[in-house]
Amino acid sequence: MAGWTRLQGQAVALPVENIDTDQLIPARFMATPRSQGYGRSLLHDMRFDADGTPIAAMPLNRHADVAILVTRRNFGGGSSREAAVYALADFGIRAVVAPSFGDIFAANAVNNGLLPARVHEREAEALIAQLGEAAQPATIDLATCEIAVGPARIAFTLDPVWRTKLINGWDDIDLTASHGDAIASFRAARRRQAGWTWPGAWPGDGFETGASKRRR
Amino acid sequence: MTAAPRTLFDKLWQAHEIVRGDDGASLLWVDRHLVHEGSHHAFAKLAARGLSVAQPQLTFAVADHYAPTRGDGAPADPAIAGMIAKLAENARAHGITCFGLGDPRQGIVHVIGPQHGLTLPGLLINCGDSHTSTHGAFGALAFGIGATEVAHVLATQTVWQRCPRTMRITVSGRLGPAVGAKDLALAWIARLGADGARGHAIEYAGPVIENLCMAGRMTLCNLSIEGGARLGMIAPDETTFAFLKGRPYAPAGAAWDAAIEAWAGLRTDPDAAFDREVTLDASEIAPIVTWGTSPEDALPIDGCVPDPAAAPDETSEQIAAALDYMGLRPGQPIAGTPVDQVFIGSCTNARLEDLRAAAAVLKGRKARVPGTVSPGSTLVKQQAEEEGLDAVFVEAGLDWVASGCSMCVGMNGDIVAPGKRCASSTNRNFRGRQGRGARTHLMSPAMVAAAAVTGTLSDVRPLLKGRV
Repeated sequence: MAGWTRLQGQAVALPVENIDTDQLIPARFMATPRSQGYGRSLLHDMRFDADGTPIAAMPLNRHADVAILVTRRNFGGGSSREAAVYALADFGIRAVVAPSFGDIFAANAVNNGLLPARVHEREAEALIAQLGEAAQPATIDLATCEIAVGPARIAFTLDPVWRTKLINGWDDIDLTASHGDAIASFRAARRRQAGWTWPGAWPGDGFETGASKRRR
Repeated sequence: MTAAPRTLFDKLWQAHEIVRGDDGASLLWVDRHLVHEGSHHAFAKLAARGLSVAQPQLTFAVADHYAPTRGDGAPADPAIAGMIAKLAENARAHGITCFGLGDPRQGIVHVIGPQHGLTLPGLLINCGDSHTSTHGAFGALAFGIGATEVAHVLATQTVWQRCPRTMRITVSGRLGPAVGAKDLALAWIARLGADGARGHAIEYAGPVIENLCMAGRMTLCNLSIEGGARLGMIAPDETTFAFLKGRPYAPAGAAWDAAIEAWAGLRTDPDAAFDREVTLDASEIAPIVTWGTSPEDALPIDGCVPDPAAAPDETSEQIAAALDYMGLRPGQPIAGTPVDQVFIGSCTNARLEDLRAAAAVLKGRKARVPGTVSPGSTLVKQQAEEEGLDAVFVEAGLDWVASGCSMCVGMNGDIVAPGKRCASSTNRNFRGRQGRGARTHLMSPAMVAAAAVTGTLSDVRPLLKGRV
């Protein structure tokens, strides 16, 4: 994953609250490998009618090359499906600006270089009003944690750990490898002091459960 | 000098912290990692880097999200069959125990974890599924993670996390008849909002919680995520220990004694402080149903849906959109709304106790609408059949099917048709969750049974008079 500090792109408003991950990518599109691309599935049922015709009023159908989405509270709540982030990323979205995000979604976003920028509800509403139905060029700066759209400058909140991660594009598995010794000693101590945390073996072969034994 | 008082959450967090980075993120040890068909992205990430699973003996796989519930068990759709086959293949390649299709240990991951004794107090449990919060009912630190994190846990048996804030929900008073954990959960979510507990680890406490059975505790912790919480938990007690003793993977003999000793300390110290305290009076809670497209859109069965015209400007548009999607009139009473079908199932409410509660309403009655009952696991199915619950459902006219996530998430093809209204014991009434255009009303299994019997959203209490 490539890191980034400054992002310039088209911003559009999607003034809807509670856009959950089931809406971001409906479950029926999730049985395919990432290599096939998830962009077409993004907000599928909001973007296409039942026979697959694009819905003209939908902002993401009206504008090309959208990189920044401004929306309402609780964006990405619900399921932990990282495919919701893949759909946004594959569509070209690099940042979502909203008053609140689902916790798991936000973590998934950062793991894929997508910024979940939290702003005050008042400021999200002002941005939504300013954008209206248009797309406007915007700049996001991770160094200053600021979004600029036209004359507006809005500060956003971002966990410092996530900020560093977005800027560096670090992969956690590599980072964790540097703690290999600490992990090994933790595991050894846990095995010694709390051996009960390791699962017992399934009794016998096949299906011979405690519950089924009790039933007899 | 005495140690500072700590919450249950603090104790669990500290017990799993391997290192804390300068930036405040903690690297935590994962005691149990549960994977399912949706974990294919994570296995693909491992394969791409040529990594193997660090601790296969702490990792368990189960087919649930795509598991077929009808027919001879073989999914007709090649994409669905492929998802299930891929899981078995990945499990085999990495030496992970897999409860696949046809295995009597198969079931919904959050039902079988506790049932098989894989879920224990004091463990850190991860799964690539948001309802992993369910396992917190046992006093475990259990939370859902995304695919990148699943790959990380597979590769290292650890997970990086920022410590969430703590919140205690204390429930006092007494639950009324036919009011249970589902109603409690929807009540607090309606009050605080679907993001009301965002960034928090919840501990549920108080006399009402202590009196809940494990199934009820699991329902409550399961729904923590619907209020935006990172996780939910309940301090383990005798009810917890009695549930676990003798479970196949639970500790036995000397290991059980050691575990009991460790578990005794898993409670919040008397003076420990939470970042946030919320109290609920159970006596004020009636059976609850949802009317809209978020779990926060919930109200008592004797209530009326909101009227956008009477709502403040900032919410009226949202309410109008939800009513439009749900096909409801502003201000109408929710009771009496005709339903097209019912569904009893999911990791929220498909345990034996849930099936018993629904059967108590349905016994000797006919359902006026079609419906499906999918038990939480293959073992729950067997147990229910031994009690004759299957006959109650079948005689009422409902379909008794195999176990899986089924119509809660619609991945296996069990869906609600566009525009159809479903009374559902599940966890999400999101737009399109049960199928495109599906209208979902969440409620307890007993309330779903009441909807089946009357054909409308109905108060279950009169139907239980003289029965319980």
